[in-house]
Amino acid sequence: MNFYTEVKEGLFIAWDAIRANKLRSILTTLGIVIGVVTVTLMGTAIDGLNRAFLRSISMLGADVLYVSRTSWFIDSYEEWLKVRDRHDITLAQVRELEKQMTLARAIAPFVDSRRPVKYKNRNSSSVTVIGTTEQFQFTSGSAVAQGRFLTAEEADGGRPVCVIGFDVATNLFQQGPALSNKIKVGQQDFEVVGVLEKQGNFLGHFNLDNQVIIPVKQFLSGIWHDPDFEIQVKVADLKSLEDAKEELRGVMRKIRHVPPGKEDDFAINQQENFISTFNRVAGTIATAGLFITGLSLFVGGIGIMNIMFVSVAERTREIGVRKAIGAKRRTILVQFLIEAASICLLGGLLALAIAWPMTFLIGQFLPATLSLTVAGIALLVSILTGIVSGFFPAWRAARMNPVDALRNE
Amino acid sequence: MSLIRLQEISRQYQMGAEIIHALREVSVEIERGEYVAIMGPSGSGKSTLMNLLGCLDTATSGLYELNGVNVSEMDDNQLAGIRNKEIGFVFQTFNLLPRANALRNVELPLIYAGLANEERKRMALEALTQVGLADRIHHKPNELSGGQRQRVAVARALVTDPSIILADEPTGNLDSKTGEEIMALFETLSQKGNTIIVVTHEENVAQHARRVLRIRDGLIAGDERVERKLAAVAVS
Ligand SMILES: Nc1ncnc2c1ncn2[C@@H]1O[C@H](COP(=O)(O)OP(=O)(O)OP(=O)(O)O)[C@@H](O)[C@H]1O
Ligand SMILES: [Mg+2]
Repeated sequence: MNFYTEVKEGLFIAWDAIRANKLRSILTTLGIVIGVVTVTLMGTAIDGLNRAFLRSISMLGADVLYVSRTSWFIDSYEEWLKVRDRHDITLAQVRELEKQMTLARAIAPFVDSRRPVKYKNRNSSSVTVIGTTEQFQFTSGSAVAQGRFLTAEEADGGRPVCVIGFDVATNLFQQGPALSNKIKVGQQDFEVVGVLEKQGNFLGHFNLDNQVIIPVKQFLSGIWHDPDFEIQVKVADLKSLEDAKEELRGVMRKIRHVPPGKEDDFAINQQENFISTFNRVAGTIATAGLFITGLSLFVGGIGIMNIMFVSVAERTREIGVRKAIGAKRRTILVQFLIEAASICLLGGLLALAIAWPMTFLIGQFLPATLSLTVAGIALLVSILTGIVSGFFPAWRAARMNPVDALRNE
Repeated sequence: MSLIRLQEISRQYQMGAEIIHALREVSVEIERGEYVAIMGPSGSGKSTLMNLLGCLDTATSGLYELNGVNVSEMDDNQLAGIRNKEIGFVFQTFNLLPRANALRNVELPLIYAGLANEERKRMALEALTQVGLADRIHHKPNELSGGQRQRVAVARALVTDPSIILADEPTGNLDSKTGEEIMALFETLSQKGNTIIVVTHEENVAQHARRVLRIRDGLIAGDERVERKLAAVAVS
């Protein structure tokens, strides 16, 4: 009897045995079901999280460096103590950087604040008001849907104009035209010269369409007199990102008069910082998920082992008969392994049937769907659990002495 | 060359500190085509001998040659192969697989022999026809009478065309009439040239055989040829 017929026969017998003990098989497999549901949901959620993250992170741009007083991610209290007394980054420093930096394509100051915005009797209570220059269009990669972006002259002072986000436009003007109308930001009126394209949100949190961009000078005079700036630096060439970063660092140190040998009193952030932090978080979630999954699979596996021992004991006589008429050890072993694997596979399928509608629920928050890979892994994991936990009982069956087995009542 | 040659076969069981001598240096030869009954009181070692002959068990000491092959030293898997090819078992309690129908029960040894599906079906059907159950092939054991179940078991025993058919108390769970029918079946098989060994403690069952081996306390106490006086009756 070759392996192929052994497996085929084993499947036949397993199916027969499971059908004869439907309820028992299903109850036994519950642990596996829970385990596989966790694997599936966890896999789908992490997948969705990754996708959502990558979608958001691409807004930051791989070729943009973000200079700010502190790092985006402060890991410890000690670090916070160290950075909290650093001087603000001023607009003058930005101007100086613009003059000295050679490897940059665009440099924009950036400062924001939440303010109510009004048009006639309609108002939006909390809008992100951004003070910047015409360069921001390049560093942020924003695209204008109607009208135009700020010009250099406007950024330097001049007229009070603004570019508004998609949601601000719909909130304040509804279907009507936005361009050339004046909206009130803080105490001052600004003429709308452009409306941005819809951008969605960042990491599911910051609505990028709920913003108003005004010239930085207007921001300083009308909203906040001495803010701490962030500087967005788009490098000329992604390939020379590291060189640009080095240059940026050197120039910033010079501008901020950092003596040689002392640490930087600013931080250069980039997309990569986000990615590595995210990977750390995602890794933690995945580990926790794996742990829960492993635990329930372990418990489920013990259940399978237990029921397989029962099954072997119940069918001692059958084993005896099979051996008497010529079944070899391996044949019996394969038969019971397949039975255990089949029960678990059944559990895996059941789990997928349960997890599938639940992934739609996850889909409400994250761009996630149950992928074939995850489903495949889930089934593979259940089959493996069956084989591992079924091995000991199957081994016992395979090694039975035919005379004793036949005498069994 | 004898089909079966036992030379000073002993089988001991360890029961705690006590050693039970189920068989003591039994030597016997059985030729191809013989029809042998093994008789003896309860506990005399009949089943033990049967299990050894059927390669279900191995002797503590001694030599067993089946078809000129020494099987006393074989391992588990080799013995399984021998059982599949050379031996057909008929048990007192039928030992059919309860969830499988008659055809599949009879097919089983052929599956382990590695035969293709159509071949198996054809041979199983042939064997079932031979025992007169061609019209019951799709019945499960619990849908058959005791006598019919034992016929299925006989069909399963002979489907591989084995060298020996071994039956341990084949009529033990049947009423005397059905028992006679089964014995008649053995009679026909014997006349077709099959080698048959039957364990029984019923004298009238033993009278169907051509040779009676009597066992007492693990020793052969008698070995007699039976006149064929009952043969004609049994066949009719
Ligand atoms: N597995 C075993 N362990 C211990 N002793 C055993 C075992 N099998 C058989 N024996 C002993 O060996 C002896 C022979 O047993 P065996 O089953 O061969 O008798 P038997 O002739 O078939 O009896 P019966 O007619 O009642 O079936 C008995 O004394 C029995 O108790
Ligand atoms: Mg017995």
